Amino acid sequence: MLNFILRRLGTFIPTFIGVSIVSFLFIRLLPGDPILLMAGERGMTDARYAELMTQFGFDQPLLSQYWDYLKGILQGDLGTSFKTKRPVWDEFFALFPATLELSLCAIIFAVVLGLPAGIIAAVKRGKWPDQALMSTALVGYSMPIFWWALLLIILFSGMLGWTPVSGRISLMYFFPTDTGFMLIDSLRSGQDGAFASAVQHLILPTIVLGTIPLAVIARQTRSAMLEVLSEDYVRTARAKGLGSMRVNGLHALRNALIPVITVIGLSVGTLMAGAILTETIFSWPGIGKWMVEGINSRDYTAVQGGLLMIAVIVMVVNLVVDILYGLINPKIRK
Amino acid sequence: MPLLDVRNLSVDFKTANGQFRAVDGVDVQVDVGDVLAIVGESGSGKSVSMLALMGLLPWTATITADSMMFDGVDLSTASDRKRRSIIGKDVAMIFQEPMSSLNPCFTVGFQLREALKAHLPLSRRERQKRAIELLEQVGLPEPERRLRAFPHQLSGGMCQRVMIAMAIACKPKLLIADEPTTALDVTIQAQILELLLDLQKDTGMALVLITHDMGVVAETAQRVSVQYAGQKVEEQGVRDLFASPHHPYTSALLDALPERATTKHLPSIPGVVPGQFDRPAGCLFSPRCQYADDHCRQVKPGTASEELGHARCHYPLIKGVPQREAS
Repeated sequence: MLNFILRRLGTFIPTFIGVSIVSFLFIRLLPGDPILLMAGERGMTDARYAELMTQFGFDQPLLSQYWDYLKGILQGDLGTSFKTKRPVWDEFFALFPATLELSLCAIIFAVVLGLPAGIIAAVKRGKWPDQALMSTALVGYSMPIFWWALLLIILFSGMLGWTPVSGRISLMYFFPTDTGFMLIDSLRSGQDGAFASAVQHLILPTIVLGTIPLAVIARQTRSAMLEVLSEDYVRTARAKGLGSMRVNGLHALRNALIPVITVIGLSVGTLMAGAILTETIFSWPGIGKWMVEGINSRDYTAVQGGLLMIAVIVMVVNLVVDILYGLINPKIRK
Repeated sequence: MPLLDVRNLSVDFKTANGQFRAVDGVDVQVDVGDVLAIVGESGSGKSVSMLALMGLLPWTATITADSMMFDGVDLSTASDRKRRSIIGKDVAMIFQEPMSSLNPCFTVGFQLREALKAHLPLSRRERQKRAIELLEQVGLPEPERRLRAFPHQLSGGMCQRVMIAMAIACKPKLLIADEPTTALDVTIQAQILELLLDLQKDTGMALVLITHDMGVVAETAQRVSVQYAGQKVEEQGVRDLFASPHHPYTSALLDALPERATTKHLPSIPGVVPGQFDRPAGCLFSPRCQYADDHCRQVKPGTASEELGHARCHYPLIKGVPQREAS
């Protein structure tokens, strides 16, 4: 097992270098000059412009700029944001817990509803529960996130008034945010109603962000279960006289989980992308919103640093998925 | 009263092109301690009829039967719970593909102990002890180590031994073996058959052996039921059947045995088992039967008397001669 993990870690290095190149080039390929944007409408003299170019190192060839960037990364330095003049690393990790909290809630929402939905649809294949669940999943999958978010806001916040429209917690509460996770911090604050308010603020963004992964997980679970249910070992399990819960929920599901876990792992990438829209709509102060602002102001260091960090997170999640494979299917372990 | 008494069992499958009848009015009787072989070509409905009895057919199948009595319980009308308390305990089944019949995600020990846990009130320690005994009983060396192994770490023959151990875990009254040796090497085949027969003798359980190998039948069975295109065409004691088959299909099957061949070329039965769209109007075997006449092609035959092996034939054979005047 250790060997397996080490080998997987070995593949990290080339992937990491590739990602660093892509994230470095991506923002530089966008039209727009960060220094001119910084200067704003007043503009600046040519001499000042040249001075700033040298200061940020933009007068160097791309290759040497990349080399400096890479050297920084290896020392744990992602550079300083052009806009805020604060280290990108600090900015990222100040905002990341908000995104992580939202993404975790969304993925839990998607798995908790998607797995059972897929299992029920597979076991009742062709009958009405299957058709109802799968057409709902198709609708969920096809729903544009921003539109879905607006519909939910109109219904639950506007018409019913059940949930707040935006933010992470009501303005009434103020307490130190040590962990950055609002659910934990609000509990630790001990203030009445703070936790409930944090939960209320989480509900709509969680549903919006979790909808597409939910649909994908439900459909993937169904097809994986259908495949597994016709396997000989499922027949053996039934021949033992085991109940359908044990046959479907243990013997079949354990085998069907492998493709489902792949999809859950891949959804993490989708979640990060979806978080950008969701965070913007719900004014959720996470890295999605931060990245959008960074791109708008051509904040090269912030965007390339943020992209790199997100890529590393996705890579780590995929490593975890690979390790889970081994735990679920003993054949892969060696 | 026979241990197993199935009357007029039919199984239909829903297909894209309508219903397909895989088993057509089959009767099966098995007495306590009996060894019954069910033989027939691929597609003759041998496995399907036994899977129907176990309730293991996929959802596309519709099962109808006048009765499926097992040990005093009618399985065709029993509740799901009642049926599950019998399946795996009093009736057990082993399958064709031992490698794929074991769940790759769980250890052999887990799957074996699970069979015990489902039906017997044993403690954890007792189950482990019984699992070791069972593996010894089916001739697996180092049982404690095998219990910790995953199925992919065992060979096909070992997997089939594990399957047999699982099947006999709760001391069943009836064991159904669905072509248990087809997927195995020839040398292993003989060992597995011998093991099954030894277990049958030791425990006194009844054994239903589904096979298409007449050689296996001759070595193992007491009685033989021959199926063709979903119907039972003949049933006799094994000696009588080999000495004097009454149905032309049985006779043709026996002629195709290499041991019995008298000519240089092995005789074979021309054609194939009829499928969904080419079912003959009369006798299902008539297109391939060397004795068939127009009557056979147009009128479905009934079953002959017990002395004639219940042969489903207009002109049952006696000593290889069709009895045309009899009907």
